[in-house]
Amino acid sequence: MRDTGPHHSPGEHPDAQRRPAGALEAEVLAVLRAAEVPLTPGQVRERLGVGEHGELSYSTVVTIVSRLHAKGLLARERAGRGFAYTPVDPASLAAGQMSRALDAGADHRAVLTRFVSGLSGRDARLLRVLLVDDDGTGPDQG
Amino acid sequence: MRLLVYLPLLIPVLAAVAARPLAARLEPRQATWLLTAATVILAACSTVALALLAASAAARVPLLATLGDYSRSVIYRADPTSVITGAAAAIVLTAAAVAVAVAVRHRARALAESYRRAARLRDDGTIVVVRGGAVEAYALPGWPGRIVVSGRLLEALDEPGRSALLAHERAHLAGRHHLFTTMAHLAAAANPVLLPLARTVDYTVERWADEHAARVTGDRRLVAVTIGRVAMLATPGRRPAATLGIVRARSRRISVAWAGPVPRRVAALLGPPPRSQALLMAAAVLIVVLTGASALEAARDLHALLELARAAH
Repeated sequence: MRDTGPHHSPGEHPDAQRRPAGALEAEVLAVLRAAEVPLTPGQVRERLGVGEHGELSYSTVVTIVSRLHAKGLLARERAGRGFAYTPVDPASLAAGQMSRALDAGADHRAVLTRFVSGLSGRDARLLRVLLVDDDGTGPDQG
Repeated sequence: MRLLVYLPLLIPVLAAVAARPLAARLEPRQATWLLTAATVILAACSTVALALLAASAAARVPLLATLGDYSRSVIYRADPTSVITGAAAAIVLTAAAVAVAVAVRHRARALAESYRRAARLRDDGTIVVVRGGAVEAYALPGWPGRIVVSGRLLEALDEPGRSALLAHERAHLAGRHHLFTTMAHLAAAANPVLLPLARTVDYTVERWADEHAARVTGDRRLVAVTIGRVAMLATPGRRPAATLGIVRARSRRISVAWAGPVPRRVAALLGPPPRSQALLMAAAVLIVVLTGASALEAARDLHALLELARAAH
């Protein structure tokens, strides 16, 4: 389970201390996911703004992104003296593993009902006959 | 043991042949229920039949006769099951037990993994968009279940196509379709002759979800075209421009009876909505019930025989 131990520096907004760590992490993740580019903790803090929870201190943001990075949810790269962070989409991670598992075993294939699988050459030809791009000129009996 | 005991071993062969034509004619929801129930019941009946054959052969073992205090001569006179048949039945039964145990283990593991992963996806909604280049969409059973769709696939579809795809996947989750396929495949592990039935259930749940999507979107053709488009996209090396340009579909009288699932699903959607086939359902149910009855009757036969042998001792 999630670690909810104290990790706020003393001087930050009192509201921040009352919030569960998970909510802060979720907010930071949301900001990073919304951003198309890697963000430094400073940029994250800017984008978080004051909001309903009050402003977070720089060190709190650093703590949160470090924790998220340790959990494998963020990737980071050097940016000046610090790091810039991008989200490693957990869904993407899990789904990617799932997809590999899908290809690995019949049981996974059966558990996950896939929308479609690939077509054989014969099926592809059949499908093309069934779905004709007739632009409305051909007979239309559907 | 009368010939009745062999009926539960024969009917699965018939059922295996009939599964696909049945699935093509029945309303998908009914077909799913029927075929799943049939697979489970027929697997149970054939297992009972094997057990009875093995038991009636075992009844000839002198030691058991002494222990059970019954007359072997009565058994010999009344029961036409040979020792070889009984031994063969015992071997098949053992193999089936092992196969079921292995299948249960694999399925349970796959389902547990699915639930675990679904729970770990912390996105708020049901729909999880995967980055990367794969053309992929599937329902991930869990609590709550998730719909995993690749971003590339979503981009390739227009808005109506997306709603058709999502309606299809939602139907899988809401209908708990993985339970049907799991039950059917576990039953087929006990009796591999029933494997075509289990595979047909895989198909009928897709049809079920397709018909649901057709009702939700109000456009059968849209669902058909979406399936076709996604299938073409998902097939590496088969992405001719014409495929992506599909705008209209027409139903042609071409046979898809022996085609793969995708052309059959598309053809079914291009045709009229499926109607409930009460007569066909009743006939199929009757055959399954008769098989069950014959297994029970055979069990009663053996029981009566043993009673008789005990009385004669």
